Amino acid sequence: MGKQPTRMNVNGKSYARVVDARLTLADFLRHEINLTGTHLGCEHGVCGACTVLVDGRSTRSCLMFAVQANGCEVTTVEGLASGGKLSVLQQAFIDNHGLQCGFCTPGMLMTLTELLRENPQPSEQEVREALTGNLCRCTGYAGIVAAVLDAAARLRSADGKKETR
Amino acid sequence: MGAKHFGARVTRIEDPALLAGRGRFVDDIKLPGVLSACFVRSPHAHAKIRGCDSRAALVIPGVHAVITAEDLPEPMRSQSLPMLLPNPALGTVPRQFVLAREEVSYVGQPVAVVVADTRYIAEDAAAALIVQYDVLPAVSDCRGAAEQGAVRVHSDIESNVASTFRLAYGDADGAFAAAAHVFIEGLWQHRGGGMALETRAVLANHDPASDALTVWSGTQTPHIGRRVLADLLGRDLQSIRLIAPDVGGGFGPKAVFYPEEAAIPAVALKLGRPVKWIEDRREHFLSATQERDQYWEVAIAVDSQGKILGLRGRMLHDTGAFVPWGIVMPYIAASTVPGPYVVPAYQLDTSVVLTNKVPTTPVRGAGRPQAVFAMERLLDRVAHELTIDRAEVRRRNLIQPEQMPYEVGLLFRDGKPLIYDSGDYPRGQQEAVALADYETFRARQKAALEQGRLIGIGIANYVEGTGLGPFEGVTVRVLPSGKVAVATGATSQGQGTRTMLSQIVADQVGCGIDDIVTTTGDTAAISQGVGSFASRQAVNAGSSALVAGQAVRKQLVALAARTLSVVESDIELENAQAISRRGNKPSVSFADLARLAQGIPGVSLPAGQAAGIEHTTYYTPAQASYCSGTHIVEVQVDAMTGGVKILKYSVAHDAGRIINPLIVEGQVQGGVAHGIGNALLEWMQYDANAQPLTTSFADYMLPMATDVPTCSIAHVETVNPLNPIGVKGAGEGGTIPAPAAIISAIEDALSPFDVHFAEMPLTPERIVAALRAAGAYERLFAA
Ligand code: FES
Ligand code: FES
Repeated sequence: MGKQPTRMNVNGKSYARVVDARLTLADFLRHEINLTGTHLGCEHGVCGACTVLVDGRSTRSCLMFAVQANGCEVTTVEGLASGGKLSVLQQAFIDNHGLQCGFCTPGMLMTLTELLRENPQPSEQEVREALTGNLCRCTGYAGIVAAVLDAAARLRSADGKKETR
Repeated sequence: MGAKHFGARVTRIEDPALLAGRGRFVDDIKLPGVLSACFVRSPHAHAKIRGCDSRAALVIPGVHAVITAEDLPEPMRSQSLPMLLPNPALGTVPRQFVLAREEVSYVGQPVAVVVADTRYIAEDAAAALIVQYDVLPAVSDCRGAAEQGAVRVHSDIESNVASTFRLAYGDADGAFAAAAHVFIEGLWQHRGGGMALETRAVLANHDPASDALTVWSGTQTPHIGRRVLADLLGRDLQSIRLIAPDVGGGFGPKAVFYPEEAAIPAVALKLGRPVKWIEDRREHFLSATQERDQYWEVAIAVDSQGKILGLRGRMLHDTGAFVPWGIVMPYIAASTVPGPYVVPAYQLDTSVVLTNKVPTTPVRGAGRPQAVFAMERLLDRVAHELTIDRAEVRRRNLIQPEQMPYEVGLLFRDGKPLIYDSGDYPRGQQEAVALADYETFRARQKAALEQGRLIGIGIANYVEGTGLGPFEGVTVRVLPSGKVAVATGATSQGQGTRTMLSQIVADQVGCGIDDIVTTTGDTAAISQGVGSFASRQAVNAGSSALVAGQAVRKQLVALAARTLSVVESDIELENAQAISRRGNKPSVSFADLARLAQGIPGVSLPAGQAAGIEHTTYYTPAQASYCSGTHIVEVQVDAMTGGVKILKYSVAHDAGRIINPLIVEGQVQGGVAHGIGNALLEWMQYDANAQPLTTSFADYMLPMATDVPTCSIAHVETVNPLNPIGVKGAGEGGTIPAPAAIISAIEDALSPFDVHFAEMPLTPERIVAALRAAGAYERLFAA
């Protein structure tokens, strides 16, 4: 099996490894550099649990080889909190019961981080459409949708504090 | 003690770690030297195994072993998996071996396990393994399987019918003879899966120094799993620790003890290395248990006003190739049919039939969605034929609150008479009717039709037997750190079990939620345990938490009073401190009390002081509890594509007292989503040779965010008199009536074409086919 040197920046830290060409980015993150927050729900590109940001774009890490991310900036769920403080979106997930088992959650958070960056004022329908690439078996999505709308409102208010809804 | 936490919308203690990517699921646990396993599974629905050639697999660098049935240790080699739920109505049935020995009887049955340095290499080696089979004819459809002379699912059985039983009371034949109207329905409910987002996973490690075997498994039932594993390995129970760490959804299939949970520990013991197996999604479609898959022929007898006189019929239940959960599901289905209605006479004959498909075991709802579908389809038929409104026909037949406790006349699956302890079904339906704006729907429907939109409304009621025994336990222990430890055999796959128990204990012992440290799903934490199924944990573990919390409170108060030299009635417990109400309010912390209760080495404890501050309770319910509810759903159907859009979903439910509305609403909403999947999308398909056809999320569709509206939910709380916290259970009620209500709504939307539906899931192609058969398109194009 061909081995290849790979270097990438994950959550602001640089990693260099020599890996099998067929190693997926998901397995690289989970097992080579021990960032196990990224989950695998299907390994065939449908469920979205494995979603990470590669150069800022949401990407299914089960469908990408680690070597394809050579030289890229990768953000995973572990990179969302800063200084031990959860992001506004993460906090909104707690407040709106946006997770049950938490298995889909890392992928959800990455997809939604991208959404809120690009559309700070999404409608409920836009949130739901953005979520169609992420399956959740537990929540029935209501808490997730509420969390995103709540987080968007909090982020818009200048001080980032919770707006009265 | 005030109920500060019980009943409050407390945010979950589980959340911060999961949100930060610090969850600990099985595949997140790193053990040095761990090997990866891959199972080799039967590609045939039925075949004899002629032999296995592992030479090509073993020469692949990084491969450590290929294990077949013969390589397993005794007694696992020659003993099959145990039948955990015996029932006299179940004769001798075929039982599955951990690895197939001579015959395979469903696609996906484990035949061998390959162990290698990495999962990638293990999969290469599995593909290189050559197993020779003699293919045998297979049975795919349980209707054919039940017939005389059908091909047999296993070569050594006489008949594919594993069990037949009748549930009956009253004079059904008399009721039918005297009835003004009799209506008959033939119904079919699909097979689907639990489809937890985390697949199954097992990791095993044997420590030779202590001879301790530790197994991590994504299971709903670790204590039961440990017992089975101990038997299969011939080991002492104490030498095995089974841990269910974070588990990514359960929904029933993870309550089963699987062959893989036996094989992986056996291989780890054999190789002297930790071994891990992570199921992939295709394997999950092939070899995790599934459910629904029933055929019903039922008839209802009513008087001229639509009052039910009797119900009778037959049901065929497809159990797949084995019966790991006995006849639990068909039994629950058969006993759930009368539901919230007065049904004076009832008779249902059930046949449990083997097929060459993966076994069926409970999936969220466990037989109840099928039963409710049967009952509610019949009532819709009565409403239609007698031109009575559908809510009205139900109202006329509901059990009234003054009839409680109501004895149905059957035995439930706990072996006890089916007695509804409490509930107000008419009020539940009324609340749902109000939430849904049901009374004005016909006007909305007419207006929509004028705009060319087909909208419809559907309603369904249910009663769900919950809170089943035998028991669940909780230990509450005050730690020298001042924290309060709560340990339970209850497990969590996302239900918020830790938060729920912490709320109850915090109120009892007088501390904050943050002062509580919980351990769930670990056989080392508490000696006995059962696990999660049958919406049972709030009832069982919740009641134990209350009783154990009360006992610890007593111990804290007594010791604090002695320590502070005040009377017990002066002591208040708050913020993990015991404070005297009087004088200068002296106080002592839980930490100090815990240390005092440990005593001094060599010194006797004061009279009345037990060792440590702790208490364990195993709550044992005398019978099942029964929760109930009404779902009303409004849909829009596109006649051209068969597409269904859910416009509004209203739920009124009675789960008894509610410990945490945030969590309960999440359970209801999530349950409804599962029911929407069952009604419209999820269909595990097999061909005539029992080959699975839908083995990815691209073929088998789960509901997406655009398929599931946010439900309006009304809690109709009637206190459950059967347990000390008054709860009834909330895990499955969201799923149970959903398909019945949705399919009713679709039929209503298409009422201009008078189509009738008797199956689930109702996919767009089936809707279009029905409309075509009804001549709808000629009419639409002529218009
Ligand atoms: S694991 Fe990548 S999409 Fe499902
Ligand atoms: S929270 Fe369990 S899959 Fe989404």
